[in-house]
Amino acid sequence: MKYFKSLLTTCLLVFVIGMNVEAQITEKAEYGKFAITNATIHTVSNGVIENGVVLIDGEKIVHVGQNAKITADYQRIDATGKHIYPGFMDAGTQLGLQEIGAVAVTNDQAELGNLNPHVRAFTAINPSSVSIPVTRVNGVTHVVSLPVSGLISGKSTLIDLYGYSPDSMAVSANAGLHLNWPSAQKGGWWDDRSDKKIKEQYEKRLKTLNDLWSKAEFYHKMMSAYEKNPENKSKPDGNKKMQAMREVITGKIPVIISVDAKKDILNAIEWTKEHPDARFILAGVQDGWRVAEEIAEAGLPCLVSTLYTPERDYDNYQRPYQNPGKLHEAGVKVAIATGGVENVRNAPYHAGYAATYGLGKEEALKAITLNSAEIFGVDDKLGSIEKGKQANLFISDGDPFEPMNHIEQVFIRGYKIPMISRHTQLYDEYLNRGAKSNN
Amino acid sequence: MKKILLLTIALCISISGYAQETGSVLIKNGTVMTITDGNKADTDVLIEDGVITDIGKDLSAPRGVKTVDASGKYVMPGIIDAHSHIAAVDVNEWTNPVTAEVSMEESIDPTDINIYWALAGGVTSIHLMHGSANVIGGQNETLKLRYGSNMDGMRFEGAPRTIKFALGENPTRVHGQGFDVKPRTRMGVEQVIRDHFDAALDYRRNRQEYLDAKKAYENGNLDTPPVPVAKNERLEVLVDIIEGEVWVHTHSYRADEIVMLMRVFNDYGIENFTFQHANEAFKVAPELKKNNAYTSVFADWWAYKFEVYYSTAYNASILNANGVRNSINSDSGELIRHLNHEAAKAVHYGGTSKQDALKMITINPAMQLGIDDKVGSIEEGKHGDVAIWDGHPLSIYSIAEKTFVDGKKYFDRSEDKDDMRLEADAETDFDEGRSRWYNENGRQNNTCLRGAEIRFTKQGMKLNQSRN
Repeated sequence: MKYFKSLLTTCLLVFVIGMNVEAQITEKAEYGKFAITNATIHTVSNGVIENGVVLIDGEKIVHVGQNAKITADYQRIDATGKHIYPGFMDAGTQLGLQEIGAVAVTNDQAELGNLNPHVRAFTAINPSSVSIPVTRVNGVTHVVSLPVSGLISGKSTLIDLYGYSPDSMAVSANAGLHLNWPSAQKGGWWDDRSDKKIKEQYEKRLKTLNDLWSKAEFYHKMMSAYEKNPENKSKPDGNKKMQAMREVITGKIPVIISVDAKKDILNAIEWTKEHPDARFILAGVQDGWRVAEEIAEAGLPCLVSTLYTPERDYDNYQRPYQNPGKLHEAGVKVAIATGGVENVRNAPYHAGYAATYGLGKEEALKAITLNSAEIFGVDDKLGSIEKGKQANLFISDGDPFEPMNHIEQVFIRGYKIPMISRHTQLYDEYLNRGAKSNN
Repeated sequence: MKKILLLTIALCISISGYAQETGSVLIKNGTVMTITDGNKADTDVLIEDGVITDIGKDLSAPRGVKTVDASGKYVMPGIIDAHSHIAAVDVNEWTNPVTAEVSMEESIDPTDINIYWALAGGVTSIHLMHGSANVIGGQNETLKLRYGSNMDGMRFEGAPRTIKFALGENPTRVHGQGFDVKPRTRMGVEQVIRDHFDAALDYRRNRQEYLDAKKAYENGNLDTPPVPVAKNERLEVLVDIIEGEVWVHTHSYRADEIVMLMRVFNDYGIENFTFQHANEAFKVAPELKKNNAYTSVFADWWAYKFEVYYSTAYNASILNANGVRNSINSDSGELIRHLNHEAAKAVHYGGTSKQDALKMITINPAMQLGIDDKVGSIEEGKHGDVAIWDGHPLSIYSIAEKTFVDGKKYFDRSEDKDDMRLEADAETDFDEGRSRWYNENGRQNNTCLRGAEIRFTKQGMKLNQSRN
């Protein structure tokens, strides 16, 4: 009997271990009702709640507060000593569009052509990109992925980082139209164009942009007239590019202007004033601190990062770190956008640098959560821990801006995400390389 | 007597040509992170004429020595970057799969602003490396970041000679694909190395026999003059590698090529080597440990090319747990500005202790460069290369306030100006700027293949010789 018992235990043990091994390879997200208790909740929109409870039911947060009646059907997660933050958002990446930088066939972010308003990043998002789990286990739950080539690169997409198709991941399939602002100045020491040539090229590119815009306005007028009264008119010929511009010129989706240098920022600001019906966002904005007042006055939000070298050799070494703080001080709404692909997971550290060099922790936290959500008009769903919002959040063992700290559990759209990526799997396999003993 | 001594010193300085300006300073009441002997609270560090002479409590400053108050602050050894291309003029002599004869020693730009920016991140020494376009590249140069001195003034005196090797995609792409010259494969890479080591051994024997015979002829012990064997600088350097005088730092990624090179090194008796980047070193950590190999890795860079697709940011922690002495490097003008936080990622990924993470940017790279008897920890007798931080250096909220090299202050945040260039460039237009946002992953700055990027054109493949 004793022998039988130990055999049974062994069998059970083998069975359990076997299940665990399988679980590591194929572990799936969980969905349902979760109660995260005893946590310090950083709501972003309503301050910090000590010893709080977050209840998740399906896709949504159904309760945030210090007291909650937790029914038996909730899976409890004790977060004593832990912190809860809203999922982080990187407002400018190429995640999902590029798999391996040097392997051209895996790069889908740069379509041919100078004017591509109809080209959509959403179409090319690879939900199976190995970089996606790598990113989300660090607490980054949402990204804007954007195309990059030409004058008008196409439309960027705002997605969350859990799903089996772009459709299931999309928060805004078309988040904005991406415009590479034509530069009116030298690109660097290697740029040997004369001042005259630079001016000519700038004016030519600006004209291309303005022509497209006015054609789109005409097309929109014509189409709107037809749509209002289709019986009385024959349908005008369609044009995909023009059609794609309609939601842009009417301000339904914003134009994201990539621009860095002072002179170019000022030119871009002037240009945006000519189009009062449209909405604009500046991205990159490395010289933002030089013209922060002008940007604030124009009411343009900025998508910025911090971990790059100064724009110019004669700039102070701290300028990239200080840029978000100085923009905020002037009254500009800032959001973190790393421009990265496989290392979008470092977005929290970009925010950490902004926090340290002038933006402060609280504002830096907004810059990587609620501000992005507001800038892209999705703050009804994302950006803070509030009742009724989507359950996009994570549990950490401390301040997530600190690279020493750890993200322990991530929720995206209510899904409890397996904390597994290629990087953790390789760790699990290789930390102790020896084979398991068979006795 | 004193005068004679001073004169002698002055004479020595003028003879050596580049004896360095040193400094003296007493840093009071800081948390001293010795690295080799734990953290010491409320402790003073005395640096005299560039050397740490005392570590203890309540030290008083000798006459003329300035005191710096470090109460509530951290005193840390200067960070050492085992893989850098800042302060370089040229990086790649890519014209041949083997260019052991060239060296970075004459390719130093002491005015590079990146030097100052690195000092502002608490860095005091770098390993200025040749690029990775060839299997056996050029020799590297270990530098101290003495911003404001000249090319000779930047050198780390007494550092062993080192050389760059490169395996995998870079040399096979540049030579095999670019020029139809071996190697095109990892098979070829091994043979290029073996062929040249064999040639070096033959050369050593033939050259020695010739020199002996020449001497015998000159002494009248031989009737006819021997056929000369000309001196060959490339093979001389390879002989120095085999004889252990030049340490090898190998750009490598995949586990198989790392093991291959250790096999080759064992066959030729080469003992002192570091694998640079080594994204797959974690897969062969036991083999690396067995061969006493060093590794110097990125904290988290991956997926920028195929051979780093199967990477993990846990690399440093796995290596450390398996007893491999590892450092974390930058290979970038951007990452070098915050190597302290790159080291903190070893705590994040895999739970390396803070103490071991700090070793990865101080004493471990010092050992890999053979300068651990001089720098890499705060110990009496070592160089006064230290930085003062306003908080724990692994915290993202901490800022380097002052950086000293040889006891001389090269960076002080309170005296920091906007324009810290040594030479104002008249051609630099104030409105010049770079648009880099969408490429910003650090790879474009000061990377290994600078000067040897391959471009695909309609006419075929071309080497791009642009600076970045």
